Amino acid sequence: MTATVPEHLTPSEAIANLCHPDLSLRYYAAWWLGRFQVREGLEALLAALGDEEDRTALGGYPLRRNAARALGNLGDRRAVPALVEALACTDFYVREAAAVALGNLGDPQAVHPLAVRLSGPAGDSVLGTVHLPEPYPAILAALGNLGDASVLPQVYPFANHSLPRVRYAAWRALFQLTQDLAYMDRLMTSLAQEAVPLQRVVLADLGATGYLPAAAAIAQARAENSFKLMALRGLVSQRLASGEDSARLVPVFDLMDGLL
Amino acid sequence: MTAVVALDDLITAVTEATSPAALVEAVTALAQVSDRAAIPALITVLGYNNPGAAQIAVQRLIAWGRPAVPELLARLDDYNYGARAYGIRVLAAIGDGAALDVLLQAALRDFAPSVRRAALRGLGNLDWPAGRLERQSEVLAALEQGLMDGDWSIRYASVVALEHWGCRASRPADLPAHLLPSLAHCATEDGDSVVQTRAQLALTRLTPPAAFEPCHS
Repeated sequence: MTATVPEHLTPSEAIANLCHPDLSLRYYAAWWLGRFQVREGLEALLAALGDEEDRTALGGYPLRRNAARALGNLGDRRAVPALVEALACTDFYVREAAAVALGNLGDPQAVHPLAVRLSGPAGDSVLGTVHLPEPYPAILAALGNLGDASVLPQVYPFANHSLPRVRYAAWRALFQLTQDLAYMDRLMTSLAQEAVPLQRVVLADLGATGYLPAAAAIAQARAENSFKLMALRGLVSQRLASGEDSARLVPVFDLMDGLL
Repeated sequence: MTAVVALDDLITAVTEATSPAALVEAVTALAQVSDRAAIPALITVLGYNNPGAAQIAVQRLIAWGRPAVPELLARLDDYNYGARAYGIRVLAAIGDGAALDVLLQAALRDFAPSVRRAALRGLGNLDWPAGRLERQSEVLAALEQGLMDGDWSIRYASVVALEHWGCRASRPADLPAHLLPSLAHCATEDGDSVVQTRAQLALTRLTPPAAFEPCHS
């Protein structure tokens, strides 16, 4: 890794800061350890994932959220059992961060615990709009990444969910699990039709599919260049991970260069 | 055609647009104008937080080229990083040496990665006025520093900028020899596979015989 780390914090300081009396330093240290993928931070982050001291007025666990995100970035599967446990946390955002992390870590042990969260009581949001009972988009995305088609029966119902961002995550996962191009068509059509805020969501889902024919549509979307660049980077890194010849990626690099 | 009246009307349509779609339509009309007096209004659009409209203004300002540069330099938005990124992107694409200091400061010090990426790309694309060649080492140092940034997108932009620097037909100097090893290091050691692969592509474009495509700029 050539990335230089900020001089004001060292890995050992960041690890020590996870137990600092100042809660805000703990929160920052957890983010920092994940940002710079400090693998020695594993034990301390696992402890932070069980933190009881940093609480919001509504009972949330901010430090746990950052710890879960960081554990997803470290790439160490020893974090999987603790993250699976975090899927049952009372804090929605801890559950969301844990689902994302499990999708990143790619351990098949996470498949069943994630799929179970899709089978809870209410499929729709409580008041029909904003708040979901579970972080469905994150769970669906993680299941798509994990690539185990045995969860298809739990995923299918979400393809028709009332919230667009839930549907999009379901289509993305369904393409990843079945390679059925009909789901890519739906995502591309939505990209063309959505206003900018939901375009950003669709861009992230398209990027995760690694579907190269989506590259031009991604580059032409109306959303900001940062979102398009991230999506194209997603496409390229998916293809590289599956052994794509880099010469075939040159057109995507040209599109990325144009978005800088 | 009553150009002056029409321009005022077009600018009014932009400033008074009441929906994102109306704004895009008004900016599209303003972008057809060949009167330089449209330039300040196009720059204002960069700060409206409407990416569709901003894209149209960016393309039109790039097409204006050098006449747009003094206005852009005078009106860069210190408070709105989105607007600043669009403005820097226009300056980067035009490549006028007058933007050197602004691009260098933005590449090194802006807090917004989108602004830094655009500035880095611009630094690889500058037309160098004869009197300022002594600044080239400063710019190359900034690009080399960018190769070691913590943010993958800054490293990516630095790779692209170095490639463009080395590939430009009108280059005043070749890419200094010590930068090829820096790129080569990036091509094998970078922690991000996408940056690594992009650096490999840059190297093949900079060091013939090209296995990929020859330079294009």
